[in-house]
Amino acid sequence: MANKFFVSPSPHIHGAQSTQKIMADVIIALLPAFCVSVAVYGWGVLALMAISIASCVLFEYLIQKFFIKGECTVGNLSAVVTGLLLAFNLPLGIKWWIVVIGAFVAIAIAKMTFGGLGKNPFNPALVGRVFLLVAYPAQMTSFPAPTVEGFVDAYSGATPLAAAKAAAKKFAEHASEVADKAADAASGATAATAEAVKDFDYASVDFTGMLTGAMSGSVGEIATLALLLGFVYLLWQKVITWHIPVAVLGTMGVFAFVVALCKGGDASLLWSFPLFHLLAGGAVLGAVYMATDYSTSPMTVRGMVIYGIGIGVITMCIRLWGAYPEGMSFAILIMNSVVPLLNKYVKPKRFGVK
Amino acid sequence: MKTFPIGGIHPSDEKKWSKGSAVETMPLPDTVTIPLSQHIGAPAVAKVAKGDKVLTGQLIAEAASFMSANIHSPISGTVKSVDMLPNAQGLRQMMITIVREGDEWVEGIDRSTELVRECDLTPAEIIERIKNAGIVGMGGATFPTHVKLSVPAGKKAECLIINGVECEPYLTSDYRTMLEFGERLVVGTTILKRALGVEKAFIGVENNKPDAVAHLRELVASMGAEGVTVVPLKVRYPQGGEKQLIAAVTGRQVPPPPALPIDVGAVVCNASTTVAVYDAVQKNKPLIERVVTVTGKQVASPKNLLARMGTPISSLVAFAGGLPEGDVKVLNGGPMMGRAMVNPDAPVTKGCSGITVISGAEAHRVKESACIKCAKCVSACPMGLEPYFLSKLSRKKAWDVVEAHNVTDCIECGSCQYTCPAGLPLLDYIRLGKQTVMGIIRARAAKK
Repeated sequence: MANKFFVSPSPHIHGAQSTQKIMADVIIALLPAFCVSVAVYGWGVLALMAISIASCVLFEYLIQKFFIKGECTVGNLSAVVTGLLLAFNLPLGIKWWIVVIGAFVAIAIAKMTFGGLGKNPFNPALVGRVFLLVAYPAQMTSFPAPTVEGFVDAYSGATPLAAAKAAAKKFAEHASEVADKAADAASGATAATAEAVKDFDYASVDFTGMLTGAMSGSVGEIATLALLLGFVYLLWQKVITWHIPVAVLGTMGVFAFVVALCKGGDASLLWSFPLFHLLAGGAVLGAVYMATDYSTSPMTVRGMVIYGIGIGVITMCIRLWGAYPEGMSFAILIMNSVVPLLNKYVKPKRFGVK
Repeated sequence: MKTFPIGGIHPSDEKKWSKGSAVETMPLPDTVTIPLSQHIGAPAVAKVAKGDKVLTGQLIAEAASFMSANIHSPISGTVKSVDMLPNAQGLRQMMITIVREGDEWVEGIDRSTELVRECDLTPAEIIERIKNAGIVGMGGATFPTHVKLSVPAGKKAECLIINGVECEPYLTSDYRTMLEFGERLVVGTTILKRALGVEKAFIGVENNKPDAVAHLRELVASMGAEGVTVVPLKVRYPQGGEKQLIAAVTGRQVPPPPALPIDVGAVVCNASTTVAVYDAVQKNKPLIERVVTVTGKQVASPKNLLARMGTPISSLVAFAGGLPEGDVKVLNGGPMMGRAMVNPDAPVTKGCSGITVISGAEAHRVKESACIKCAKCVSACPMGLEPYFLSKLSRKKAWDVVEAHNVTDCIECGSCQYTCPAGLPLLDYIRLGKQTVMGIIRARAAKK
């Protein structure tokens, strides 16, 4: 026996998973949404993604080489995923240098300062996005309206959530105006309400359009159906489990349903209001792809469910009563900060203990 | 289909290499080396000295205490030495070396193949025979069987579970045993039932062996073995872990250490061990031979070999076509829990269920990278532990934290490390933490 004998403790075989393969699977899962985005917005999407990914990878490479001075980690594709997700959260037509700034914040500040992959407490792509949202609010919220031919209109469309929020605000103002008038004059007020400003009509929203990408929004959030297709792929490849996405979306749905109940009025609101919130504002993108980021989500199933519920509740609170029309990014970042606590106190069920 | 409650993984079972090979009897070795410690507990005490003539089946080393096991000569010949020799891991261990002269058996051992079904011995007599025959758990754990069967006062056995799961990838020795020695297995099961005084016995078999399930069911029916049920189990590693198997079959979870299976009324016995129990009780034959699978993707002709204890493992490997070219890892056991060997000439022992040869790129460990907190190890752990955390804190030597997080619950199944995408040696450090913490606990108990 002249062989070279290798010796190590058990186990002696290893599963097929690797960090690189997981990241590649996330990229594959995002491809359908990417394709829809290109179909809706045109090739500009590709340029946006290219800038975002290239800057993320470059920043990680440079920081790893000159500051951390460790092994080059670009090959694990995590920077590519961050770049891709950052781009998914940006509106088309945003200035290229704003994208680069976002990538810098995401990689340099949110990820590498903590030591790189697996050590960052906050989702890098979302930190980048929220930074841009605060620093460049106008550029971050001017969305081109979708055009089927791939031609981008100069006209800025409002996202469904922004439209709903604006309508609700107008409605509320009008309602108080009516009330004021009614207080001023005892009579004649009823005539004014005849031409009352309507609240946002959820039941007549084009839900098919929202599923297939025919709505205004960030390049990656519009194609809900394509994003769900990617979700199925991630589940199939066992990259993520269903717990976080289902907890987030389920909570949002239930929350919206209860709010609709409290609002009273038309019965159609009971289904249209929750559905609207599940399809609008990147709920699926956030729940499936952002909230499930490994290093910033809990380690146990029960922790994941609590975390998901938290994201759902905070998102809905911001959407309904906050200043921003969209709350997913903030909700995820807020719950990211709770993750260490969840990991400390929410433990897996120990075998043999009731 | 029944299975255990939490965690687990699905490695490729790789049974195909050797499952089709019927058990072949190895030619008798010219020399055997018999370690005095082939079991958990105190090493046996040698009863022979250099120059002594011994017969096959003769007692050559006696159990040193209750928690120990007798050892018998697997061949007839002359004792060459009783000395420290390297074992499979290269560690020196007391061993008896015997040079063979023919194959002359001691009197009183029934070597016929005739099946003896009737057994009207008392439980104490059965346990005595098992103890005399030096039977230990042959699935790899090597726990003395008579200790398991001696239910402590105040505890009560309610069911017997025969472990025919063989969830370790590659290994097929229990599978071939169930197929070829099924009758002996069924009689052995009824004997163990009698020894424990239980009504129910279950034979748990993982469902990647449907032919074994069908065969045993047929035998149980045709032989009229009352209260014996064959239970097919879902293919999932570590289904054959004692606690996992009990949970799968009975739904009861053995509480954390120091609780034992008997605390939930269960006694588990490996399938090959059960056949050895039959041989000991019905045929008066001590444990001197066993079925060993020799397998691997690049092994020329993987086999299931009936080998005498003490036969050099290298001769078994040679019989199966030898080692493949290049880098290899030769494992005493299967790839999940087996131990890598440095000394291929080490002997077959009571716990050696197989020799797995891992070759080529698989012989090397995967490259280690940063933990990405994917939580796959947490979901894979069948004991409900947090491997990433235990590993990291063992690395940092934070023994108190490691103890508080139940490191001693770890059964070292390796599911966490198998599943880790970052290729981290999780179990290496958890094992270190577990050993250290167990030492601390012992020291604490000694102080009191």
